[in-house]
Amino acid sequence: MSGRPEHQAPPEIFYGEDEARKYTRNTRMMEIQLVMSERAVELLCLPENQPCHIIDLGCGSGLSGETLSEQGHVWTGVDISSAMLGVAKEREVEGDLLLGDLGQGLPFRAGAFDGAISISALQWLCNADQKSHNPAKRLYTFFTSLYGCLSRGSRAVFQFYPENSSQVELITSQAMKAGFTGGLVVDYPNSTKAKKFFLCLMTGGQQPLPTALGLDSREGAPNSVAFSQKRDRVKQLRSGKAPKKSRDWILEKKERRRRQGKETRDDSKFTGRKRPSHVW
Amino acid sequence: MKLLTHNLLTSKCLKGVTVGYPLGIVAKEVKVNEVDFNPEFISRMIQKVDWPALCKAAENLGQLDDLPPSVVDDYENNEEFLKKAHHFLMEIEVINGDLICPETGRKFPVTDGIPNMLANEDEV
Repeated sequence: MSGRPEHQAPPEIFYGEDEARKYTRNTRMMEIQLVMSERAVELLCLPENQPCHIIDLGCGSGLSGETLSEQGHVWTGVDISSAMLGVAKEREVEGDLLLGDLGQGLPFRAGAFDGAISISALQWLCNADQKSHNPAKRLYTFFTSLYGCLSRGSRAVFQFYPENSSQVELITSQAMKAGFTGGLVVDYPNSTKAKKFFLCLMTGGQQPLPTALGLDSREGAPNSVAFSQKRDRVKQLRSGKAPKKSRDWILEKKERRRRQGKETRDDSKFTGRKRPSHVW
Repeated sequence: MKLLTHNLLTSKCLKGVTVGYPLGIVAKEVKVNEVDFNPEFISRMIQKVDWPALCKAAENLGQLDDLPPSVVDDYENNEEFLKKAHHFLMEIEVINGDLICPETGRKFPVTDGIPNMLANEDEV
C-alpha cells in the first residue's frame, strides 16, 4: 500500500466513495488539516476583520473551507473528486462547490477572488494521469488562469507535499512564468514530522516572504506531541474501558483472571486503594 | 450554486471560446436559503458583480421579483439595496439544471448544487 497517493491512481479515482469517507472521519487527519488551513490563511495576510471572497483549490470534503467560514470569509471550492464533494455536501459546508480539473484552468472572471488557499492538493498536478497530460503545461494553464481570477494585490497559498526538489522547481517556475512573485516558506525545516511546505504566491509585485515557523531550534515542533496527548484521551473515552491502573481497571483485570481460572485474591475495600507516595 | 458564483463563472477554458460570459442558466430546481447578511462583504462584491448578467440570471430562474435593474449611486450606504443584492447573490441557489456556454452552446450540468465544469480532452 505504501508510497505516495498520487502514484497509485488519479485523484478522482483515489478519492472514491470509501476513501472520501475514511479521509473525513480520520480525526488525526482532520486536526492536521485544520492546523495547516489556519496557517495558510495566516500566510494569506488578508486585511483584518474584513470578510473576503476566497477560492479553495482542491477543496475535497471541505475541511479547509470550514476554517475559511469560521474566520468569516465566503469561499468557493473546486475539486476533481465527486465523491469528496459529495461528502462536503453531506457536511453542509457553507462554500459553493465546483467539480473541475485545476489543470484545465479556472473558469472564473478577472478579479473574482481576494485570495486562494490550497491544502495538500498541488502535488497531484505534477503527475500525468492520462496519456495526453503534460504536467508542465497543466501547471502553467492552472497558474495563468489563477493569476487572472485573483484581484490585484491578493495572494495564493498552497500547502503541499513535494516529492523532490525538481517537483518544487517545476511548480515554482510555472508559477513565475504565469506572473506570480513569491516563493516557498518551509515551517519546522529541521523536523521530519512537522516540516510543512507552503508555496506563497503574490500578484502585487515583489514582496518579502512571511517568516517560517520553527526556525528557532529551541521552539519545539508542535505536531506529534500535542496531538498524541489528545488522541490518547479520546481513545480512552471511546474504547469503553477504564483508564490504566485505576481501581476499576484493577477490578476488571481480577475478573479476567478469575474467568481464566487463575488464582485471584478476593476483592475488598482495600483493592486498588491509594498508596502513600514514596517517602525515602 | 449561488448566483454570486454563477456571476463569476465563464466557459473560457474551452478551446475556441473568446469570452464565454455570461453562462445561460436552465434550472430544473432552485432553492432559496436564509444566509446571514454581511453588508461589508456585499458592498465589496457589488464591485465585482456584472449587474446585467445578474438580472438575466434571476430572470432565467423566474426569480426576477424586485431585483433593482441597476446598481444605485452610493450603494455602500443604501442598506435596502444591499439587502436586496444579498438576497439575490447569496440566498438563491441552483440545485439542478444546466449552464450554457454563450459561444458554443456546450452544457455544463448542475447536480445537487454542484456545477460540473470538467471539459473533455478535446475541448481544452
